[in-house]
Amino acid sequence: MNTLLWVVFPYVCLAIFVVGHWWRYKYDKFGWTTRSSQLYEDNLLKWGSPLFHFGMLGVVGGHIIGLLLPKGWTDAIGISESTYHAFALGGGLIAGAMALVGLVMLVYRRRTVRSVFKATTPMDKVMYLFLGAVILLGCWNTFASVVLHSSEHFNYRTTVSPWFRGIFYGQPDAALMTGVPLGFQLHALLAFALFALWPFTRLVHVFSAPLGYLTRPYVVYRSRDVRAGAGAGNRAPQRGWERPSLDDARK
Amino acid sequence: MRVMAQLAMVMNLDKCIGCHTCSVTCKQAWTNRTGMEYVWFNNVETRPGLGYPRRWQDQEEWKGGWTLKGGRLQLKSGGRVQKLLNIFSNPKMPTMSDYYEPWTYDYETLLNAPLQKNFPVAQPHSLITGKKMNVTWSANWDDDLGGAQEYAHKDPMLKGIEDKVKFEFEKTFMFYLPRICEHCLNPACAASCPSGAIYKRAEDGIVLVDQDKCRGWRMCISGCPYKKVYFNHKTGKAEKCTFCYPRVEVGLPTVCSETCVGRLRYIGIVLYDPDKVLEAASVEGDQALYEAQLGCFLDPFDPEVASAAERQGIPADWMDAARRSPVRRLIQDYKVALPLHPEYRTMPMVWYIPPLSPVVDVVKETGFDAEDQANLFAAIDTLRIPVEYLAGLFTAGDVEPVNAVLRKLAAMRSYMRDINLGRDPDGSIPAAVGMGEEEMYEMFRLLAIAKYADRYVIPTAHAEQAHSLEEIATDCAVSAYDHSGEAQPFGVGSGPEVRIAVEDLRVRTARLKDEG
Repeated sequence: MNTLLWVVFPYVCLAIFVVGHWWRYKYDKFGWTTRSSQLYEDNLLKWGSPLFHFGMLGVVGGHIIGLLLPKGWTDAIGISESTYHAFALGGGLIAGAMALVGLVMLVYRRRTVRSVFKATTPMDKVMYLFLGAVILLGCWNTFASVVLHSSEHFNYRTTVSPWFRGIFYGQPDAALMTGVPLGFQLHALLAFALFALWPFTRLVHVFSAPLGYLTRPYVVYRSRDVRAGAGAGNRAPQRGWERPSLDDARK
Repeated sequence: MRVMAQLAMVMNLDKCIGCHTCSVTCKQAWTNRTGMEYVWFNNVETRPGLGYPRRWQDQEEWKGGWTLKGGRLQLKSGGRVQKLLNIFSNPKMPTMSDYYEPWTYDYETLLNAPLQKNFPVAQPHSLITGKKMNVTWSANWDDDLGGAQEYAHKDPMLKGIEDKVKFEFEKTFMFYLPRICEHCLNPACAASCPSGAIYKRAEDGIVLVDQDKCRGWRMCISGCPYKKVYFNHKTGKAEKCTFCYPRVEVGLPTVCSETCVGRLRYIGIVLYDPDKVLEAASVEGDQALYEAQLGCFLDPFDPEVASAAERQGIPADWMDAARRSPVRRLIQDYKVALPLHPEYRTMPMVWYIPPLSPVVDVVKETGFDAEDQANLFAAIDTLRIPVEYLAGLFTAGDVEPVNAVLRKLAAMRSYMRDINLGRDPDGSIPAAVGMGEEEMYEMFRLLAIAKYADRYVIPTAHAEQAHSLEEIATDCAVSAYDHSGEAQPFGVGSGPEVRIAVEDLRVRTARLKDEG
């Protein structure tokens, strides 16, 4: 059972995540969008959306630090356990609260503004359910470790993190996850389920984050599609019909 | 010198009767789809008026286009980093209410209502929510100055002259302004697009949205100062006027031009030097922009330009079209066409011949001879309000170029009357506006008679790309649509692209089944 939950299930989800994205990109470039609903309603969105998205950026950053950086590294540069936790919990609470408040506003907006609700697909609803559950559990875990001081008994950096990294090394240790509090277990499992859903939802827009905008020229010029080897006359010749030319011979 | 060709349009506003045929045929061709109900790639505005979307010209509000900051050209809504920080909620994006909420009527009740005392009424229903609604605004709500007393003073272009403009029925002036995408040389929409999905076609300068690359970040919609990029709220992608590229590629004019009742649109090639565009768009002083943009254009009769064009692969028939281009003649030779809002610094490429009719109407009403150039010249000089208003639209407020154009049109009117009445033509009339008699007559031919082949000089796309015109043209949002009406897994329009031939087959099969 443990192997199924903590080894098989993550790999299946990740496989769906990777193959799903490849498939979606290949077959549905036109459907690959944020599906923004700002045109319908602006007053709630202008607060909810930035709160949620910037909160989520913080949350993702926190997870990268917490899950991917081994505890040994922060110890090595002299960050004590208590300092680390103060930062992690403080940052986590702020980012988590932002994301949560933003999500509540956005879901409220989606349900109450009729035009937005009408533009909501069944896939959106399923996705919101999972996303909301993962965020709620995540917030609860952070909150619980601050208020209930459960962190003194449990350190995710010695259990969840090594297990998570193990998935990418190809050696996930299911035993690491068995003693973990239920909140963390559920958070991890639902997160992987969300990864499996990801390519089939509007969440794909995360991978379109337009960082290239910072460096590309402002105005893009593009030619009509020109394929080599098509045509005759003053156009490029068909394959095998190139005219003899001295320029080519000299090359 | 680099040479590029641009398909451009000129509209002769004197001829526009405000019939909206261009808007309707464009809508039928391009935006008659779910998600685009509120969109008019082509719209006709009554001026003075608010326009569509409401008050689109007020760039202090919308922050569209470019601005000069410390001598450097910058997007008015902020730089790249600022754009990305605003990506989760575009602060300057118009909402549906700034355009209008599209509606239809429940016509069925007219047929299905039971026998009753009162005649059944088809009520308006929102196409967005499906609920009954009160229609309070549309794309041309203030058409023909309808409700002008209530709305027209909010026209952003009346700023500074509002106390002089009267909206009493007899005292006002009015004309129509048909608008499409400007296919700018320095497009702010393309510069605003985080995904790089909006591009300018190298061959003909048409600005298009790659529907497969657009991710719905909505920055183009606020970036365009003309508000001519629209958000398809069903597919979540930006769409805009395509200059009917599938038509112009085979030498046909755009739908709006083809169906124009007043025959007021001209389409042709203008040659320009892309390396000069940035410099021209960055000149100090908004009123210098008209001249600066003229400075970007190249003369196809200049042998140097011709040889540079040949070296850079511009086909001979395109050069020929550039030489015969009616648009080039109106913009560069006669200088009677002016750009719309050059102060937005996007270098727009749909130009307008300002209307002389407000002036003629006034002269006529006073009982003077409205065909006499002396009367008209005097009226142009004294009638400051229409001229100032036109200058606000076309020259960033500089009345001189507008005056010059109106005087040319007045002179042409006067000069041609003598010819039409069989009198001796008076050579001093064209000379008064710096034109020769021959030239004035040619301009008259182009403006007044203008046969189809003279109005539209459109070189066809080159056959080396012919195979790709129909099937590979993914930027045509219409073809990327699944018309079957079946629900798609990820929302409207998602799923693989259906090739036109396949789609056609499906439609035909379905029709046969229906009939069978």
